[in-house]
Amino acid sequence: MNEIEEKKTISTETSSDDMKVLDDLTSSEYKWGFITDIESETAAKGLNEDVVRMISKKKNEPEWMTEWRLKAFRYWQKMEEPNWPNVHYPKINFQDISYYSAPKQKPKLNSLDEVDPELLKTFEKLGIPLGEQKLLAGVAVDAVFDSVSVATTFRESLKEKGIIFCSISEAVKEHPELIKKYLGSVVPYTDNFYASLNAAVFSDGSFVWIPKGVRCPMELSTYFRINSQDTGQFERTLIVAEEGAYVSYLEGCTAPIRDNNQLHAAVVELVTMDNAEMKYSTVQNWYPGDKEGKGGIYNFVTKRGACRGKNSKISWTQVETGSAITWKYPSCILQGDNSVGEFYSVAVTNNYQQADTGTKMIHLGKNTKSTVVSKGISAGFSNNSYRGLIKIGKNAEGSRNYTQCDSMLMSDKCGAHTFPYIEVENESSKVEHEATTSKIGEDQIFYLNQRGISTEDAVNMIVNGFCKEVFKELPMEFAVEAQKLLAISLEGSVG
Amino acid sequence: MSNIEHKSANEWYVSRFRTFEDKLNGQSKSFLHDIRKNALVNLAELSFPTNRNEEWKYTNVTPILKQNFIPAMISTFPKIKKEEIKQFLFKDFDYHLIVFVNGLFAEELSTIGNLPKGVIVGGLNRVTKNNPDSISKYINNLSKIDNAFNALNTAYSYDGLVVIVPEGMILEKPIQVLFLNTSKDDLVLSVPRNLIIAGKNSQVSVITNYRGYGNKTYFSNIITEVYVEENAIVDFYKIQNENDESFHIEKVQAIQKKNSVFNHYNINFGGAIVRNDINTLHDDQNIETHYYGLYLAHGKQHVDNHTFIDHAKPNCMSNELYKGILDDNSRGVFNGKIIVRKDAQKTNAYQQNKTILLSKTATIDTKPQLEIFADDVKCSHGATVGHLDDTSEFYIRSRGVPQELAKSMLIRAFANDVIDTIKIEPLKEQLNHMIFEHLHRVEIENKV
Repeated sequence: MNEIEEKKTISTETSSDDMKVLDDLTSSEYKWGFITDIESETAAKGLNEDVVRMISKKKNEPEWMTEWRLKAFRYWQKMEEPNWPNVHYPKINFQDISYYSAPKQKPKLNSLDEVDPELLKTFEKLGIPLGEQKLLAGVAVDAVFDSVSVATTFRESLKEKGIIFCSISEAVKEHPELIKKYLGSVVPYTDNFYASLNAAVFSDGSFVWIPKGVRCPMELSTYFRINSQDTGQFERTLIVAEEGAYVSYLEGCTAPIRDNNQLHAAVVELVTMDNAEMKYSTVQNWYPGDKEGKGGIYNFVTKRGACRGKNSKISWTQVETGSAITWKYPSCILQGDNSVGEFYSVAVTNNYQQADTGTKMIHLGKNTKSTVVSKGISAGFSNNSYRGLIKIGKNAEGSRNYTQCDSMLMSDKCGAHTFPYIEVENESSKVEHEATTSKIGEDQIFYLNQRGISTEDAVNMIVNGFCKEVFKELPMEFAVEAQKLLAISLEGSVG
Repeated sequence: MSNIEHKSANEWYVSRFRTFEDKLNGQSKSFLHDIRKNALVNLAELSFPTNRNEEWKYTNVTPILKQNFIPAMISTFPKIKKEEIKQFLFKDFDYHLIVFVNGLFAEELSTIGNLPKGVIVGGLNRVTKNNPDSISKYINNLSKIDNAFNALNTAYSYDGLVVIVPEGMILEKPIQVLFLNTSKDDLVLSVPRNLIIAGKNSQVSVITNYRGYGNKTYFSNIITEVYVEENAIVDFYKIQNENDESFHIEKVQAIQKKNSVFNHYNINFGGAIVRNDINTLHDDQNIETHYYGLYLAHGKQHVDNHTFIDHAKPNCMSNELYKGILDDNSRGVFNGKIIVRKDAQKTNAYQQNKTILLSKTATIDTKPQLEIFADDVKCSHGATVGHLDDTSEFYIRSRGVPQELAKSMLIRAFANDVIDTIKIEPLKEQLNHMIFEHLHRVEIENKV
């Protein structure tokens, strides 16, 4: 440990040449900013019971679903906007947001040929392996384009195994018993301000159900894309793995350049039963705002998994490079005995980005284990906070937690903060927490320079090394993308 | 929550002020009285902290507020005889002794002895009368009133420890300060107001020793301000062993100037609810700060340590080690905050908190917190919670050591990391003894 720390922390002055290279690099523009010109149907701004009813009606939802939304909405009205996170932003006017936007006309499609070619082009630009690529990549994609699923591939082959992979709105209609049983069971509509808002107005999202003993043969994935101006996207994802099932789910996002801040308040719920295992990976690269901190996405997300069964496992991996403000804590409730929770995170902030992210590990069952590895990288004028809770309940005999959160600082104007909460009520358990903060090793940069490696490549190498522990948890395709993203986000940020 | 108790506590303490003021006689003209009166306004307005306050999240002060304590100045309590205090003193080394009973200077019990020229060791009340200029600029200058407990101390501040060491003076003998607290018919509130000023190039070592006499409830609400001037070295020991029925709150506010060293040792044994706030501000470069803490709790004790180091200037270092041993139904809270400000480049800040739970029902809430705004820094913190190591215990027992003794050995080894940093040898052994006495565990023979 000491040795690593030492390596990370020794520093020398940067020469002005390096600074220039870095400046050039950091000034690069957001690479994925393009707007698709597709007619979309957007609700008028504002939020009241009628809007909630309208959303529900648009989606042809049954009565019980509408009621659930309304209950959430009424509850939400009584709640206060939280202000405890270490982020600062102008107050959001919730009446100035449009709560529904769907690409116009959405006939039921059976094959890709029927999809609007404009849309397909956008997906291609994003590199989503629909069409030809779908076979090569072996990825089934439930593409969410501004809130409504447009096409779902690989449905057939999944169906054979008995796996349900569809949009939430379809699931509400086709599998109401599952939705009734699980929706809101991990994140109830009373959970927090943004989760309640989401429950009231959620547009769409993915639903996955893996039956008993089935190992999902491929990585499931949803690509999100925020497209219409001024529409907050309220995704809702629910993944259930029954006894002995296994699934790996990927979530990745890019969004076009915008001036107005866009609110994104998603909810993700995961449930694993006895011996089931779930892996949830995210690469988040939404528009972070320009170099002056103007614009960008507000990403206020509630993600939580419940290890309900014995020996079950939930693993979160996230690479957070985008958004003006990120505020999320993928958590695990370890209810089942011997259940395992994992959280691997890389959070990068540049320019004026703010991130307050971390995890909660709630140990309730016996011999539960959790591992938390968080790597924060701050550059420019950004602020990056790790906030985590490790709670060991009274009955969590023999539980074990290991937490490591390291921060790397790339400029003298940025901030790196850690707020770990550790609450232990059981003496037989063991909790370890370790955190370091340091500057990028300039002797390492120098060493690499001296071998003929340019400063930006050197920075990339060092940062990739710093994040390796997390990247190795990502599925292969994602790992490559994540590394690229990291390089883009940090271009020219050492100073 | 307990809003009613909180509110009525404010009213109760405000209402006692008139009686207190009458007791002051001619002294209501001093500068200290203006400070008191301002604090009284704060006391009426500020609320006592609740669990909704992030800084007090894990500590519920309602049991303190349920009781109507009477400030020591206007309460009655038994007189203490000189031979009675012996049992509370740390011995086997030379020291200047100053004694406070319920926060009030007890001259007849103190043996301050000969002090080098210019050194002042005494009670705040006496110093305010005789040397007002030496303290008027310093007192209440560091500590800002931010909750009702601070306001309560300041409004009733009358006496307390004053140590002034002038420029270039090295005080050879440590100062032992016995704060003896006791209640009989009245529930006594003692509000010592301590001030330590170590001038340029000076060196001083102060041992504050808080003890409870008898088992009646009382409440110590303390504020300590420490000025460490250029090149000065201050060793500040706090050994808190109040009785288990009583409440203890102390706020230490320290400021350090260029090249100075401040060592704070915080050893906690007693008290039903204990809260320590130790805040240090680095006001210049090349400063060194060490915090060492050890907290032991049994029964239903609640011990809360909040430490804060404000790295405001470059080239400073801080090192913090806090260890806790919690038994029975006790609860420990640790919050270690380190802020490295924008300009504080080349800062080194290390922090560690380790806690051992000896029983199934003991709990710990720990929150090491780093806020870093400068890039050229080395900062780390670590926190661990666990129980006595089974394999180590097994190893010791396999050598024929009985189980209880084996446990004691491990406890002592655990505590030793902190105890060993103490610079006064005889103090170490006496503290080791207190550890086992307090935890009701088998003691290890000193001789190896």
